[in-house]
Amino acid sequence: MWRTGWRERLQNLRSLGLELWRDKAGFTGVVMIAALLFMALAAPLLAPHSPADQDLMARLKPPVWSEKGTWNHILGTDHLGRDVLSRVIYGSRVSLLVGAAVVLVAGIFGTMLGLIAGYARGRADNIIMRWIDTQVAFPGLLLALIILAVIGPSLITVIIVLSINGWMVYGRMTRSAVLSVRETAYVEAAEVLGCNSRRVIFRHVLPNLTSPLLTLAILEFARIVLAEAALSFLGLGIQPPATSWGLDVSSGKDYMFRAWWLVTFPGLAISITVLAINLVASWMRLISDPQEREKQFARQMAARGRKHRRKEAAVL
Amino acid sequence: MIKEPFLEIENLEVHFTTRSGIVHGARGVSLHLGYGETLGIVGESGSGKSVTVQAVMGLITTPGEIVAGDIRWKGRSLLGPRGKELLQKIRGKEIAMIFQDPMTSLNPLFTVGAQITEVLRHHMGMNRKQALSRAVELLELVDISAPEKRLGQHPHEFSGGMRQRVMIAIALACEPQLLIADEPTTALDVTIQAQILELMADLQQRLHLSVIMITHDLGVIAQLCHRVAVMYAGEIIEVGDAGDLFDYPIHPYTQGLLRATPRPDEVTERMVAIDGVPPNLISPPAGCSFSPRCRNARDSCCRRPSLVSFGSNRRVSCWCACEAPGVQE
Amino acid sequence: MGRYIIKRLWHGVIVIFGVTIFVFVVTRLVGDPVKVMLPLEATIEQRAAFEKQLGLDRPIWVQFVDFMTALARLDFGDSLWQHRPAMTIVFEKLPLTLELAFLGIGLAFVLSIPLGIVASLRPGGISDRSTIFVSLIGLSVPQFWLGLLLIVIFAVQLRWLPTSGVDTPAHIILPTVTMALPALARMVMIVRSSMIDELNQQYVKTCTAKGLPIYRVVGVHALRNASLPVVTLCGWELIRAIAGYSVVVETVFAWPGLGLTAIQAIEREDLILLQAIVFTVAVIVVFINILMDLVYTLIDPRLKLA
Repeated sequence: MWRTGWRERLQNLRSLGLELWRDKAGFTGVVMIAALLFMALAAPLLAPHSPADQDLMARLKPPVWSEKGTWNHILGTDHLGRDVLSRVIYGSRVSLLVGAAVVLVAGIFGTMLGLIAGYARGRADNIIMRWIDTQVAFPGLLLALIILAVIGPSLITVIIVLSINGWMVYGRMTRSAVLSVRETAYVEAAEVLGCNSRRVIFRHVLPNLTSPLLTLAILEFARIVLAEAALSFLGLGIQPPATSWGLDVSSGKDYMFRAWWLVTFPGLAISITVLAINLVASWMRLISDPQEREKQFARQMAARGRKHRRKEAAVL
Repeated sequence: MIKEPFLEIENLEVHFTTRSGIVHGARGVSLHLGYGETLGIVGESGSGKSVTVQAVMGLITTPGEIVAGDIRWKGRSLLGPRGKELLQKIRGKEIAMIFQDPMTSLNPLFTVGAQITEVLRHHMGMNRKQALSRAVELLELVDISAPEKRLGQHPHEFSGGMRQRVMIAIALACEPQLLIADEPTTALDVTIQAQILELMADLQQRLHLSVIMITHDLGVIAQLCHRVAVMYAGEIIEVGDAGDLFDYPIHPYTQGLLRATPRPDEVTERMVAIDGVPPNLISPPAGCSFSPRCRNARDSCCRRPSLVSFGSNRRVSCWCACEAPGVQE
Repeated sequence: MGRYIIKRLWHGVIVIFGVTIFVFVVTRLVGDPVKVMLPLEATIEQRAAFEKQLGLDRPIWVQFVDFMTALARLDFGDSLWQHRPAMTIVFEKLPLTLELAFLGIGLAFVLSIPLGIVASLRPGGISDRSTIFVSLIGLSVPQFWLGLLLIVIFAVQLRWLPTSGVDTPAHIILPTVTMALPALARMVMIVRSSMIDELNQQYVKTCTAKGLPIYRVVGVHALRNASLPVVTLCGWELIRAIAGYSVVVETVFAWPGLGLTAIQAIEREDLILLQAIVFTVAVIVVFINILMDLVYTLIDPRLKLA
């Protein structure tokens, strides 16, 4: 695998791109994520105002298409006169940053532990698995809230707490990947011959692991974005004056009945982001499993056949 | 044996749509079966044997489809909307099927008793008590001891051979006229195989069943079947009386098959394999499908031969046969 | 059977203790209960006297032993906020949370079965694709936002339902729906994919060959086999509802259950009440886990509880 030339890799990428184009949902997801990334990176350029700019003369202004709306504040303003559109744009930074950071930290930690558990087996494996089982048995939001309350919520602590809550899936997946490679006949043969089975395992685990790990990471990313939004909504996540979509929904809900836009746009932003990530994750799952692709193809053909027959029957 | 066909398959074509192309699983298969007859269908994996009988039972699903041909039971078609209605009525009742792998053919979560009685209650309208007592009879019929106790057990509590017996019991529950057996002994140990075959031979005689037996094992054919059809690459290439076909195979493939089969009574003969591999069914060859591997291949083999009668009971699909004496088109 | 239950109970005990001790450590070492209870101008001597009264000046391990012995009596002490026994408060609020969780997840379960089955019968067809599409949306929408939207639509614009609180039976509708929808999205996907897997199994071919009507093949045979992953998910959703989502949903709808109480306890730094809540939730979680294992064995006779 390491020896594929750059030409082959380019070709692989190209065929991957074609696959993506064919799957409209996956393609839409990728495009949306690219747009979001762009929005997050280019926020200072895109946002018409600074998200913290208060304009007490223009409080609770509705979006531009309503009666009292202005082009100055396309999506309206909140109770402090801050521009909703700018806050939505800047909010993407927090969500994407937290998502990426947690996936990295939890992913690296979990994968390492999973590798240790899979290689070492015996005692280390037992301890690690027990630890995972115990942590998994009690789901995280309540504990996360308490920890955050105690150590004080902030961007860093949110990342830490969500990582503590989220590393177990990576651990389990990595461990089972290592174990499944271990059980193969050629590794057994290598061990019998006295080869360093660890190197053999390592060489074969990584290729097996990259695809499902990547899909898992993407799914977790979606979950983390939702989790951070919920924490911020409850007041134990990102704190003002920083901008987070969840935080905006929370402050907006006090004015929900007269200023619907305060709650709607940040929430919409969260939903669209998570939807895009989920679309990409489904597409990835599809392409990494050839059986799934075959089934998908068969279903499309069958559906087309049924449609065709229905049309024929209608004509007759 | 009354020889009027009561199952007729005519020019059956089955396609499977895959990403790599359309697989022609069955290409113009024609067969018929009479009352009380046992027909063996023999061929290698992928030759179309299972596809053919699954088409009879209406078990071809996405990505597969019957695209041409007809299947008739007692003169009435089993295809098309009317045919499907008829099929639903006779499946399990007049025609029954047993499959290759007894491990996965039974629902693991239901008791064996439940799986037998549901057929009885659905097709024969029996109530619970009647169905249970009939189920006991059926288990006795297939030589399962302590039937009352066994009815309450689940499939995982049975061994492979016993599970296949249960499958046979379920198949015979409503006294079908035709039993289709798709490689019923392939997944079993040799000793168990023998037992099951003996059971089937016994039942066939006692109940005057017609049987279609699919197998890749010529020995099974020899033991049970009156007639044999040899399939290759989705088509029937030779069909005739079992003993006769084994003694005088005409098609080169059949000859090759027989030569490749070990025979205990002819120890000195070497086993000869057939060179090459079966063709890819995604783009099946336009001519005779066996010609790439055939020793007698000639120019005429680039056209696809049809089944021609040879003698009173043999039909062969081969240009060589066409030219031999005694052939009638 | 007995041995298995004991093993699971033992694991459960570890979880309960693990969680409770964790909270104990975190709150005692990092939190400061005294600060909450005394006015800001309290002097150092007043503080010290108070600490002594609460027993917080003793070494941590002594506190721990005391804590554990009290735990055995289910005595967490008095809530710092409401000045009455913490467990009493917990028992008051618990039924409301359980009601919401069971109703919500129950609704999701009941709806997911027919929707998932219909989608699985013609994969790639219209009902399948629309089910997947709607589920994806359901999975992507944050639950708190969904609740707020439902309030705006049904309570404000249409005025069909009340906005929050517990007074009338109608009050439970919106919170239940909010609890149910994300779970429904996840469950439908699992029902659908399990059913598709089961419908491809050999025994389904056998059932079809037996001439059984399709509603029996799908609804009795395939469904029973497909239900195992669904039951797993259901139990998991229940647990997450009680230990997680309830906090969010109850906050949005001002539903006075354990979740809302937990948030209020956090705001008021009432660590004693928090410990009691966490302990109770842990016990319930363990209980549900064990219950699920028992349900599996009812469904699948191959599972032996040895």
